[in-house]
Amino acid sequence: MEYIGTLLLIAISAALINNFVLYYFVGICPFLGVSRKVDMAFGMGCAVTFVISIAAFLSWVFTTFVLRPGAPLSTWIWQAVSPGSQTVVDLSILNYIVYIFVIASSVQFVEMYVRKFYPALYKSFGIFLPLITTNCAILFACLEIMKHVSGVAAAEMWGLDKALTLAIFGGVGFTIAIVLMAGIREELDHCDVPESLRGAGITLIVAGILAMAFMGFTGVDRNLAALLMD
Amino acid sequence: MTEATGGQPPEAAVAAAPGREGPSAGERFINGILPENPIYRQLLGMCPTLAVTNGMQAAMTMAGGVLFVLVCANILISLIRNLLKPHLRILVFTLSIATFVTVVDRFLAAYMYEMSKQLGPYVPLIIVNCLIISRCEVCASKQSVPTAIGDAVGQSLGFALGLASIAGVREILGSGSFFGIRIMPAIWPDWVIMVLPPGAFITLGLLMGLVNWYSARSKGSRG
Repeated sequence: MEYIGTLLLIAISAALINNFVLYYFVGICPFLGVSRKVDMAFGMGCAVTFVISIAAFLSWVFTTFVLRPGAPLSTWIWQAVSPGSQTVVDLSILNYIVYIFVIASSVQFVEMYVRKFYPALYKSFGIFLPLITTNCAILFACLEIMKHVSGVAAAEMWGLDKALTLAIFGGVGFTIAIVLMAGIREELDHCDVPESLRGAGITLIVAGILAMAFMGFTGVDRNLAALLMD
Repeated sequence: MTEATGGQPPEAAVAAAPGREGPSAGERFINGILPENPIYRQLLGMCPTLAVTNGMQAAMTMAGGVLFVLVCANILISLIRNLLKPHLRILVFTLSIATFVTVVDRFLAAYMYEMSKQLGPYVPLIIVNCLIISRCEVCASKQSVPTAIGDAVGQSLGFALGLASIAGVREILGSGSFFGIRIMPAIWPDWVIMVLPPGAFITLGLLMGLVNWYSARSKGSRG
């Protein structure tokens, strides 16, 4: 029960309370750029959720086994090179470069896969797929996972289950935010917005009001934790 | 990069004109500050713009980091521009940016530990800042080193200016201080909402409206 409770807390916190877009401000570019039509926004959200899960899985594997201080694989190689050495192998300086490489290659992979097997979907995504590489939300998920894996005590280290929960529900939260925004913007087209606020200005103000609404979720996690851990 | 984020830098047309190498270093420098301001005109680099502007100190540290990364990345990309293969271009950009960001991140952690803690994940997120990738793509991968440096410094100053405008408003209204020094009278009730996430969106939206209104008005009075 406690196990499911912990996962549920991570999920709710990533999707609603600390929403990637409205709380951490990551993934703002597609949030402003692709939120004109609901179906397109939903497609973008799904693509991001998909890529975020792959990237989170790969970055968790690399961090745990290669990059973190005292990681098994790098220690083993170091021991093979210089037997009996007492040095703790720490490759965490390479974290960012490895993450961005992982993200770029998984986007390439997803793009090739979608182009081969779902040509219609590929047509409707068009330019947005390669742009996911530079979507902050994905790197942000990798960094959040790194925070819980690299340089923490063994007992507190996140397993793959928690890392994937955070990534998938972070993506779900992104989808929720961008679809809500697209719905509002479709209605906004019929409104008389002041000339100078048209476009990005009014979108940002609406996003601010959305963020205020999402602030209402603050504290839900604490009450839920108290409920589940009893 | 720029097309999808809404901005349409007019310089693309200039650079494509025959018999001309594109704007010179001076033009690039001036362009970056106001006419093509990264935040208000091109809508680039929005994540740090919103996330670190709850105080001036954090905003200026972020601007300094972006200045360093953008100058270094532009120099490097400009030096290797003849070796770049089109399909690997973006990957080379991001990997070289990631290297310089690691330098900034370690530097902040060593000498400005508190600030590094406060900025948290937003320092590594400079890697995917569209502003830097777009400058590498638009300017550095096509033009010589001096032009690339001028462009990088100009764009970073424009970025710093944008960050300062938002951070100034948010810090004065939200915590009644400026650079951590209290300037509002004691009777001022701090508008806490301004330093929370919604305040960032609303401030940027209103400032953007103000900039648009002002530039439309001055254009109208001139012609």
